[in-house]
Amino acid sequence: MRFLERWTLDRPLFFGILMLSAFGIAMIYSAGQVSVPNVVTADAWVRQVQWLIIALVVFSAVSRIPVRWIVWAALPSYVISVVLLALTLVIGEGRGTATGVKSWINIGGFGFQPAEIAKIATILALAQLLSTRETGLTSLRELVKPGAVVGLPLGLVMLQPDLGTALAFVGILFAMLYWAAAPVWLLMLVASPVIGLFLAYNTVVWSIYILVVIGCMILFLRSRLFLFESVALVLANFASATLARPLWNSLASYQRNRILVFLNPEVDPRGAGYHVIQSKVAVGSGQFWGQGFTQGLQKRLDFLPEQHTDFIFSVVGEELGFMGTTLAIVVFACVLTRLVGLAGNTDSPFAGLVLLGIFGAWLVHVFVNVGMTVGVVPITGIPLPFVSYGGTFLLMSWVAVAIAVRVAHERA
Amino acid sequence: MNIHHPQARRRRAHGMYAATGLILGILIVAFFRVQVVQSEDWLLRASSNRVRILPIPPPRGTIYDRNNVIIADNVPGYSITILPGPVDSVRATLNRMADHMELSDERIEQVIARLRRFGREVIVDSDADFEVIAALEERRTSFPGVYIDMRPRRRYNLGAAAGHITGYVGEVTAEELAMPRFPDSIYDAGMIVGKIGIERQYESTLQGRQGVRWVEFDARGRIVGDFTGVERTPAIEGEDLHLNLDFGLQQWIHEIFPDSMSGAVVALDPADGGVLAMYSAPGYDPNSFVGGIDTETWDGLNSDERKPLFDRSVLGLYAPASTWKLASAGIALDAGVVTPDEYMPDPCEGQWYWGNRFWGCWDRGGHGYNTLAEAIGNSCDVYFYQLGLRIGLERLMNRSTEIGFSQQCGVDLPQESRGIFPDELDWFRRQFGYRPTEGEALNLAIGQGPNSQTPLKMAQFYVALAGDGSAPAPTIAQDAPRVDGWELNLEAEHIASLQEGMRMVTAPGGTAHFGTALEYWDVFGKTGTGQNPLSVRGLAEDHAWFAGMAGPPGEPPEIVVVVIIEFGQSGGQIAAPIVAKTADYYLRAKRGMPIDTIQTYREHIMTGPIPRWYRERFPQAFVEQGGR
Repeated sequence: MRFLERWTLDRPLFFGILMLSAFGIAMIYSAGQVSVPNVVTADAWVRQVQWLIIALVVFSAVSRIPVRWIVWAALPSYVISVVLLALTLVIGEGRGTATGVKSWINIGGFGFQPAEIAKIATILALAQLLSTRETGLTSLRELVKPGAVVGLPLGLVMLQPDLGTALAFVGILFAMLYWAAAPVWLLMLVASPVIGLFLAYNTVVWSIYILVVIGCMILFLRSRLFLFESVALVLANFASATLARPLWNSLASYQRNRILVFLNPEVDPRGAGYHVIQSKVAVGSGQFWGQGFTQGLQKRLDFLPEQHTDFIFSVVGEELGFMGTTLAIVVFACVLTRLVGLAGNTDSPFAGLVLLGIFGAWLVHVFVNVGMTVGVVPITGIPLPFVSYGGTFLLMSWVAVAIAVRVAHERA
Repeated sequence: MNIHHPQARRRRAHGMYAATGLILGILIVAFFRVQVVQSEDWLLRASSNRVRILPIPPPRGTIYDRNNVIIADNVPGYSITILPGPVDSVRATLNRMADHMELSDERIEQVIARLRRFGREVIVDSDADFEVIAALEERRTSFPGVYIDMRPRRRYNLGAAAGHITGYVGEVTAEELAMPRFPDSIYDAGMIVGKIGIERQYESTLQGRQGVRWVEFDARGRIVGDFTGVERTPAIEGEDLHLNLDFGLQQWIHEIFPDSMSGAVVALDPADGGVLAMYSAPGYDPNSFVGGIDTETWDGLNSDERKPLFDRSVLGLYAPASTWKLASAGIALDAGVVTPDEYMPDPCEGQWYWGNRFWGCWDRGGHGYNTLAEAIGNSCDVYFYQLGLRIGLERLMNRSTEIGFSQQCGVDLPQESRGIFPDELDWFRRQFGYRPTEGEALNLAIGQGPNSQTPLKMAQFYVALAGDGSAPAPTIAQDAPRVDGWELNLEAEHIASLQEGMRMVTAPGGTAHFGTALEYWDVFGKTGTGQNPLSVRGLAEDHAWFAGMAGPPGEPPEIVVVVIIEFGQSGGQIAAPIVAKTADYYLRAKRGMPIDTIQTYREHIMTGPIPRWYRERFPQAFVEQGGR
């Protein structure tokens, strides 16, 4: 017991995540059980087991690194990962179904996504930046620097273009800003131009929305916000609304389709809406108790797209039913709240920010990945941490776990 | 306050707990909605997703000949079907398939058009070769939405020997589906229907009822197995059809018909008008149409100058020439304007003067005074000119019309030409713009003038002469719906004299003797030399006719055969032997006699000495010779 305590550093987090990893392997195994056997997916679970072993070894190594070293490595790793991201735009390659997205770098047959490293590096860099502050971020001007730290890799990822991973960076930014005591209303105002971008499709809706935004600002103007900032925000809102159409036109047609289909999957049931519909069919036919492990018919008959990676949760829904999906979500909730709990308990501002950064990234991953299987979120190619098939992603997620437990249990 | 004060941290942590709960709560609510509230809908959707209703093609009824020999039946075949999908991916799949099978761009577009039109599976190839099937099966994953199915394939055992009569089958077209004869209750896109011939005529009999099966598919359109939830409805086989046709006879005619010649052979059973054989040369093999004919063969059939697709036996119209003299004779006897033993007032002197001009006989030497039988035997034009006048133009037209020389026979085939013959005085004005004189009767009486008949029509007429004067409509199927025939009001002695006339044609000294003398049977008939647009200009030979009948000596004829050979020049030399050999085969086969020794007398003496049977059957031939 002592040994376990020492090795894992944080048993609840470690075992919660180990449970998810094991659950993932089981589901990857099930995803390979199809009516017309496919050699690649049938053995995916074996490779995932191998990667998990590697990940656990790496975990024990990384979780032994002194926090000083981590702090020291934050800036160099950030710089390196930004360089790698920039490099990806030049020599990157697409993989699997997302062949159009240049997000992989291959070195001697071994491939990895620089964006995975960049997420951790950005968390560390931003944590280092924000941990020196003792007062909250109360003005828009103070958000510029942290915004830039995240904005650089985020922009590079957007250029790939990998919308899903970009959303993870947004999650990191907002979670860490929140932990650095930026007021919620300020964060909402920052987000308002983006929300306005989506509402601009309907002039009436957008008009109401902008009135609400201005109303809120007037409400807070007297106390906190400066005139310059409020004017800037309103202008930003107008700009985003004006830009909505050119921006929409600049989107690749598959991206546009995904948004349209998100609003109504039936507009193109055989084309862009196919994945959402098939996923919902699978999840829905799982009903309360599910069709039983490995028994999912939609999955067996190959109707589910990417069923061992992006749509692994559809298999969960079909085979384990509402009970299974709820349980899985609850386990994720435990893991995520444990991260927040650890942050709340640590005296180190750096540790708390790192934990919240990881929390933010994972929360986005879980919400977007799981949400898209039931049509709550548009489809973006973003894996479910620890459950989706994918070696380097599993490894990097475990590195994040190692860093999390390391910083959380550093006694100051 | 320091933002990292424990108090502040805890407050923010609580905020985050709430946010986590809210966000993940949204997910749980969403899953509750899909998995619990709407689950029935999605469950239904799941089954419609993977279960498809596929038709089970019904086997067509078997077609038998009069002796229960199979003319057309079904053998297992493979069909390749593609399921509807996004047009681009379907087109890509079809293009990939074209690497392994014959699939033209037009066919690909046709398949896509049908997929769009019907929104359901479409047959790409209803009769694929096994090599193609093997090639596709091997690369199953490259062909999403494509499935291979067993389906009965039509086989025509008579092949090219009976292509025109059996016809062939093909996939039903959209135009056909719109017709009332293809009711929606039975017919469906993709079904195989009769296109022409007997297959078309008896489509409703031969067609079965399509069955239905429920099949489970995976997402790539691969059949996983039968869906267990619902029982399949089996296909019901079509009804069998029994024809009057004689398989062996039809094949025999195909064998003996000169390869390089075009023409037709019609053999009828005089007892009931049943079609024993009906042949048109050149023909085509209906088997090449099954499962869609390939472009090359189709173009070849269409561009062939000899028109192999054209059924000469029921569609071809030819001037009947002298074979029609029997019609004049029959009508005259029927009308009572002549008795068999009576002479015409003027003897034949090679020509005859009437109406300010001379009317020639084919034999400038003349025939002298002839009885009716002799006039037929000599084919004496002068006799028939006078007979024509006795009948009178109006009566000739009326009676011919009643007999149906300007009508169809009503044979049970989808297509038949109507004979061309003036049916009233006004006909000439309509056709040629003049009022006819009695002189028209002279021409018509010898089979000239505006008179074109199908070989089948002529055969039907000779049926009346073979029996008691009645000519039932020719029928191919045994229980064909009855079409009224007609009757010549002839007494037995009238028939006997007409037959006697025809016997003179085939007796020693007759024009058709050497080609028709047979060991066991009496053959008699009439030759004809039909002018045609080419022959009147001296560019080709005349069409050769022989219309005859045969049976055991002293008994009524058991078969009527009419043969026309285009540009065959001489009915006696070319057409008559085919009639004789056709009859010989039929009469021998009917009695179980050997059929491998069939030869006409001419063939006998070309290869050996005069056979003994000939001396016995035709002693008069030697008396004459001895007398010289």
